[in-house]
Amino acid sequence: MHPTFAVPVQTTERDFGVRIPRPLGNGPSRFIPEKEILQVSKVDPRTQSIFEDAFAALGRLDNISLVMGFHPQYLESFLRTQHYLLQMDGPLSLHYRHYIGIMAAARHQCSYLVNLHVNDFLQVGGDSKWLNGLDGAPQKLQALGELNKILAHRPWLLTKAHIEHLLKAEEHSWSLAELIHAVVLLTHYHSLASFTFGCGITPEIHSDGGHTFRPPSLSQYCVCDIANGNGHGHLEERRGNHQVSEVSGEVEVLMERMKQLQECRDEEEASQEEMATRFEREKTESMLVATAEDEECVPSRDVSRHFEDPSYGYKDFSRRGEHVPTFRVQDYSWEDHGYSLVNRLYPDVGQLLDEKFQMAYNLTYNTMAMHKDVDTTMLRRAIWNYIHCMFGIRYDDYDYGEINQLLDRSFKVYIKTMVCSPEKTTKRMYESFWRQFQHSEKVHVNLLLMEARMQAELLYALRAITRYMT
Amino acid sequence: MEKMSRVTTALGGSAISGRTMFCHLDAPANAISVCRDATQVVVAGRNIFKIYGLEEEQFVEKLNLRVGRKPSLNFSCADVMWHQMEENLLATAATNGAVVTWNLGKPSRNKQDQLFTEHKRTVNKVCFHPTEVYMLLSGSQDGYMKCFDLRKKESVSTFSGQSESVRDVQFSMKDYFTFAASFENGNVQLWDIRRPDRYERMFTAHTGPVFCCDWHPDDRGWLATGGRDKMVKVWDMTTNRAKEIYCVQTIASVARVKWRPERKWHLATCSMMVDHNIYVWDVRRPFIPFATFEEHKDVTTGIVWRHQHDPYFLLSGSKDSTLYQHMFKDASRPVDRANPEGLCFGLFGDLAFAAKESLISGDSNRKPYLGGDRRYPIFFFKKPDLTEQFAHVSSALSVFESSLESKRMDWFVKTALLYLLGGKPFAELCDHNAKVAKELNRPQVSTTWTMLRLMFSDPANLSTPGPNNISKLGNLPLMNSFSMKEMGTESRLDRSKGESRQDNIHLEPGNSLINSNNDENEETEGSEGQAEYMFGDAELDDDDLYSMEHEIQAVEEQEYTLPQEAFPLRHEIMDNPSVPEHLQQDKADSPHASGNEAEVMCLTPIESLSLIAISQPLFSPHLPSRFFCPVVREMLSHYAEQGDVQMAVSVLIVLGDRIRKEIDDLTQEHWYMSYIDLLQRFELWNVSNEVIKLSTCSAITCLNQTSTTLHVNCSNCKRPMSNRGWICDRCHQCASVCAVCHHVVKGLFVWCQGCSHGGHLEHVMNWLKSNSHCPAGCGHLCEYT
Repeated sequence: MHPTFAVPVQTTERDFGVRIPRPLGNGPSRFIPEKEILQVSKVDPRTQSIFEDAFAALGRLDNISLVMGFHPQYLESFLRTQHYLLQMDGPLSLHYRHYIGIMAAARHQCSYLVNLHVNDFLQVGGDSKWLNGLDGAPQKLQALGELNKILAHRPWLLTKAHIEHLLKAEEHSWSLAELIHAVVLLTHYHSLASFTFGCGITPEIHSDGGHTFRPPSLSQYCVCDIANGNGHGHLEERRGNHQVSEVSGEVEVLMERMKQLQECRDEEEASQEEMATRFEREKTESMLVATAEDEECVPSRDVSRHFEDPSYGYKDFSRRGEHVPTFRVQDYSWEDHGYSLVNRLYPDVGQLLDEKFQMAYNLTYNTMAMHKDVDTTMLRRAIWNYIHCMFGIRYDDYDYGEINQLLDRSFKVYIKTMVCSPEKTTKRMYESFWRQFQHSEKVHVNLLLMEARMQAELLYALRAITRYMT
Repeated sequence: MEKMSRVTTALGGSAISGRTMFCHLDAPANAISVCRDATQVVVAGRNIFKIYGLEEEQFVEKLNLRVGRKPSLNFSCADVMWHQMEENLLATAATNGAVVTWNLGKPSRNKQDQLFTEHKRTVNKVCFHPTEVYMLLSGSQDGYMKCFDLRKKESVSTFSGQSESVRDVQFSMKDYFTFAASFENGNVQLWDIRRPDRYERMFTAHTGPVFCCDWHPDDRGWLATGGRDKMVKVWDMTTNRAKEIYCVQTIASVARVKWRPERKWHLATCSMMVDHNIYVWDVRRPFIPFATFEEHKDVTTGIVWRHQHDPYFLLSGSKDSTLYQHMFKDASRPVDRANPEGLCFGLFGDLAFAAKESLISGDSNRKPYLGGDRRYPIFFFKKPDLTEQFAHVSSALSVFESSLESKRMDWFVKTALLYLLGGKPFAELCDHNAKVAKELNRPQVSTTWTMLRLMFSDPANLSTPGPNNISKLGNLPLMNSFSMKEMGTESRLDRSKGESRQDNIHLEPGNSLINSNNDENEETEGSEGQAEYMFGDAELDDDDLYSMEHEIQAVEEQEYTLPQEAFPLRHEIMDNPSVPEHLQQDKADSPHASGNEAEVMCLTPIESLSLIAISQPLFSPHLPSRFFCPVVREMLSHYAEQGDVQMAVSVLIVLGDRIRKEIDDLTQEHWYMSYIDLLQRFELWNVSNEVIKLSTCSAITCLNQTSTTLHVNCSNCKRPMSNRGWICDRCHQCASVCAVCHHVVKGLFVWCQGCSHGGHLEHVMNWLKSNSHCPAGCGHLCEYT
C-alpha cells in the first residue's frame, strides 16, 4: 500500500500502516535548550518578521536560521547574502551552486548541510547521478575538488598555479567570474559547517537523521559520539583544573583583565621583536592546542562520497615542519583588495559580504553574561585575530599578547576545533568554555568564528586569484 | 604639442631634465615622496626604505634608512612624506601604528628622530603642514587623527572621526588651519586644526571607503577624492554645502589621486587592484583619460609629481618593485587611439552619424540644422579652448532620416504582433505565419515558412493530405523535380548571362515555387533597384502559390479525420524542390561564393540531388527531418545576418527541439537578446515577454525572473515597506486596505494614480461600474480603464 516507504526499518503505526516521522532532536540545537531558542523568536518582532520572510522565500525555516535568530541584525544580513548566492543572478547555474555547497559541506562531513542541499539540488533539476560522488559530476566540478580540499583545511597552500589549473583546462575550464562565485560558495559553506557543528544544529525533520523511522543516520550522531568518547579523557582533566580555580568568577576575571589591558596599554610598550615573537608564539601554540583527538576519524559513507581524499585534513603549520610565510593583512586586506576583486567579477556580492563581515565584527550588545555596559571590542578583536592567526594571518598593529590574556585554554580548544575540524566539536566543549555566559552570547561567538574563518579563507583564495591576474 | 615635447623646463633658475627611466627596488613600494627641489625621492614599503637621487639618466641609490640588526615594524611603512620646507625632515606611517620622523641631518647611520606610538592601529597617512615646519598630522585605522608638534614628545591634539577608520589626511594648500580627512565609511570631514572637539563640516563623498583626497594646488575650494566605488570626484568646498562639480568614472578602485601642477583641470590617479596603469584625467572630459602610463606590471601604489611647478615629470612606485620616472611626452594618449566616429540607428530607421569635422567638411550638400526639419544633417561645434591640451577634434553630427513614406519598420511591428509562436500544432503555426508574411508583402519569408512546414511536419502526427490531394499533385512533383534540374542549369546560365533572367521567369509562370526561388536569389544578391522590381514579380508568383496552398488547406480540413496510415507523403514530394531552394539560396548568398565558379560549384550538388530524386521512387519516405537541419541552420544565420533577427528567432521558437540542438547556445542567446531588445524598443512588451517565455535558452528565460520586485510605500507613514506588501513595519498598520470592503488586500491591488486610493481589483471594478467617484470618498473622479 505504501511502496514509497519500502526501504527503511519498520516501526509501523499499527492502525493504518502509515508511519509518522518523529523529530529526533529536541529543538534546533543539541546544545541549547529548545525553549530558549523559541522564546527569542516569540519575543522579538524583528526576528519574527525575518523568520517570516525566510519562510516565504524558501518554504522552510531551517534550524540554522532559528539559532541565528538570537541575533536578528546579523541573521538578516546572512540570509540576504545566502539568498543572493544561491538564487539570484550569478555566473553559475542553480544546480551547480547547490552542488558546490554540497561539496564544501561534505568536506567537513556536515551531513546537515549536505542533506539540505541535496534536496535543493534535486529540486532545481540537478542530475541525481552526480550525488553518487564527485566522479559522477562533470569534469569541471571535479577540478574544483582540489581547491575545495585546500581551502577547507590548509588555505595557505593555495597558489596561483591552482587557479591557473582551473582557468586553463580547455573545455572544462572555469571563467574568472564563475570561479569567484564558486570560491565564495565554498568558503561560505565551509564556515557554515563550522557554525552548524559549533552550535550543535540538529537535522531537519525531513532529512536523514532528523526523524525516527530510520535508524539515526550514521553521519551526524556517530561522528559526535565517537568524538565524545575519545575526547573524554582530555576534557575531563581540563575541566577538573578549571573547576578548582574559577567556577564563579570567570566573567569578572575576564573583565578585570580587559580593564587592565586597556589601562596598562600605554605604560609598557613592548618592543617590536617582542611583538613579532608574540605572534609567532600564538601561532605555534594554536597549533598545539589539541583538538578533540588526533587519529583521523573515518567519515561516514553517505557523506564522504561527495569528496575525494577523505584523509586530507587540517594540518598545522609548524608541527609537520612546513613553515608558511606569514600573511600580512596590511598587504592584502578584505576592505581594500578582496572587496574590489569580488565586486568586480561578481557584482554586489562584495558589498553583501562586506556588510556581513562588518555586521559580525561590530555586533555587540555591550553585555557580558550578567554585566551590562561593557565594551567588548577588545574581546571580539582578540577572537577575530586569534582565528586569523591560526591561518597565519597577521595584523601588524595587534599585540598578540592580548590573546593569551583574554582567551583561556578551553575556549581556545573550542575555537580551534570548530574552525579547523568542526566535525569533532562536542557538546562538552561547547559547555566547557565561558560557562557563565548566555547561550545567545555563545552563538554570537560562533558567528564571529564563522565570519572570521570565511574571511581568512577568502583572503587566501582571492590573493591567489589576484596573483594569477597580475 | 610643441610645448609637450620640451624636456627641460626652466623653473626659477633651476632646471629639471630627464627621461623616462626606472630602477628596480628590492621590495614592493607602498608610497613615495619627493623633496622640494625635486632631486631626490624616498621610497617606502614593508621591506624597503630608501632614498634615490634623480639624475639625468638614472636613479642612484643615495641612502638606505633601514638600518639596525633586527628589522623593526617601525620600518614597515604604509606612507611616507618628505617635508616641503625642511629638506632634512621625513615622516613615515608604520603599519603597527607608529608615526616616525627621520632627520637626514643626523650624523649617525640611524636617522630615526622621533617615535610616536599613540595610535592603536595601523597609521594610513602622514601629512606635513605645507608651511609650518613642526606640524605633522597623522590618520589611522583606529579612527583618530593626531596633530604632532615635532618639538614635543607627544601629540598636541587628537581629532576623533567617531570610530571610523581614517584613510587619508591632507592639509589645505591655501587655508592655514584647514585639513581634510577621508574615511572608510565614505565620508569626508573638514577640520580646523585649532578645534579638535568637532569637525567643521562633513559630507558623504563615496559609497564605501574614500581612499584618498587631494586639495587643488591653486584653487582654494577644490578637493578631489577617490574611492573604492571607482570614482574620482571633485568637490567645490567654497559653497555652504560641498558641491560635486566633476566626476570621473575609472575602471578600478582609486588608490591615489594627485592634481597635476600648473594644469588647472588635470589630475593623476592610480588604482588599488587589478589595473596597473596611471591615468591623467582632464576632469572636464571624464570619459577618456587624457594620458596613461602603462609601464608597471603590478598595481601602482604611489604617485607624485616630481616638482610642484612642473607638469611633465611623474614619479611612481609599484608593487612590482620598480620606481619609475614617467615623461609626459612618452605617455600614451588614448584619445589618439579612440575612434572619433559614432554611428547609431534610430528606432525608425533614422541614422545618426558623428565624425571628425575634417572628414565631412568636404560634403557640399550639408545644410545647417533648421528647427523642425529633421531631414538634413545637423552640425554641432565645440568651442576650442586654448587652455585645453586635448587634441582638438570638432565633430559633426549628421542625422539622416529615412523617408517617412516607406515606414520601414512597420512590417516588423505588424509581424511581431501577428506571428503565432506557440499554442497550436506546428503546421498551423507555419501556415499562419506564412500567411502573415505574405500579407505584409514579404514573399520570401512567407515561402520560408511554408517550406519549413513541409520539411518538418512529422508524417505520423500531422493531418495527412488525402489521396485526392496526392493525385491532384501527382504530376506536380515530377514536373517540380524536373524543372528543378532545369532551374539549376538555368540559374547558372542566368548568372553568366545576367540579363536573360527575367525572361526565364516568364517562361515558367506555372511553377510558382521555382520562381520564388529565383526571386530570392535575385533579391538577396542583386542591387536594390532590381530587387524592387522583383518584388512585384514575386507577389504575382506568390499568389499562385497561395492559391495552391489554399486548396491544400481546404483538403486538409476535410480529411482531418482520416486514419493516420493514409498516404503520408505529399510533403516529401514537395521537399525535393525545397532542398535545393535553401541550399542554393544560402550558398548563393554566402559571401564566399561570389565568383561564378564558386556558384557553379554550389549548384552542382543540387542537380545531382534532384536527379536522384527522380531516379528513385518519387515518394521516398525516408528523408528524416533531421536531414534539413543544416539547411535550416544556414537559413537562420542568413536571416539573422541580413538583419531580420525576427525571422530567425520566430523560426527557432516554432521549430523548437527540431532545430535547437543544431545551433550553438551562444548564437541562439545572441539572437534572442537582439530580438527582445528590438521588441522592447518598439514597446511590444507582450510579444517580448512571450518570446522570453517560449525561449529554451536558460539565459533568456531567467530574464523573466529579474527585477520582479515592486516597491511600495506605506500609505500611513509614507515610508518604504520592506517586508510584506500589506503591513508596515514601522507604524504597524495595515497599509493596503481596500477602499470598498475595508479589508486588507493581499493579492492584486489596484489603485488610482490620481488619488492613490484603491483596493481589491474586483471590488474596485464593480464599484466603478456604478460610481464615478473614488470609493474612499475623497471626491476624486477615478477612472478605471
